[in-house]
Amino acid sequence: MEWIYEILKTKTVGIAGCGGLGSNCAMALARAGVGRLILADFDVVSAGNLNRQYFFLDQVGKLKAFALKENVVSVNSNVKVNAFDIRLCSNDVIEVFRDCDVIVEAFDHAKMKQMIIESVLSQMPHKYIVSGIGLAGWGENETLATYHFGKLIICGDMEREISEDLPPFGPRVAIVANMQANVVIEILLGKMTETPK
Amino acid sequence: MKITLNNMADEFDANEITVDQLLALKNFTFKMLVVKLNGQVIRKHEFETVTIKDGDEVAVIHLISGG
Repeated sequence: MEWIYEILKTKTVGIAGCGGLGSNCAMALARAGVGRLILADFDVVSAGNLNRQYFFLDQVGKLKAFALKENVVSVNSNVKVNAFDIRLCSNDVIEVFRDCDVIVEAFDHAKMKQMIIESVLSQMPHKYIVSGIGLAGWGENETLATYHFGKLIICGDMEREISEDLPPFGPRVAIVANMQANVVIEILLGKMTETPK
Repeated sequence: MKITLNNMADEFDANEITVDQLLALKNFTFKMLVVKLNGQVIRKHEFETVTIKDGDEVAVIHLISGG
């Protein structure tokens, strides 16, 4: 058991976007004991975010990256957190996440998802990137899955896009965020079935 | 030719096709895509010129908003 924490505390995970996916994923990784998290987001917490994002009423109006740092440290004070208030572009991605063992893609907009996936795969091809794609709506647990494309791993249904009629809801967003965290831990520790007891 | 498309076996009549032709044949009309050919990212401006051959491994990932 101890070896798990010994490994995880040496690891650094980057979280690109601190909304529904990023906030829930960061909290799961903090609880798991990942040593360092690098958080990046440009947005501020709004009341409408609280149906799915890991923030609190008294954090409305705060920058998400800094509010998430507060929440991470309040469940595990051993986690070192670097929070960046930044709208990431391709060059920033390389700069900000250079030292990460794994990058979590947790953006909202498809265009940003494309930007970070293409940037990481082409400029840091040795790095794992774990993306969340397709999480709108409710129910249909059985459509959520993990897809492997080399070092790009995708969690979600890869189908349901958010719209007026299909808003993002807490449960499905948090399930996908936790699937991402689970994949990150598998990358950091190796497969459960292949590790020594 | 036989290729692997999104981790599944697929077959085409031609000996080689461009990425653009593959997208048309598969009816992948989505605007926001990431295309990987044998592990390498293929950018949109290369879709017309880069060709896919027998035995290649291709991933076409549809990016949709939500996060």
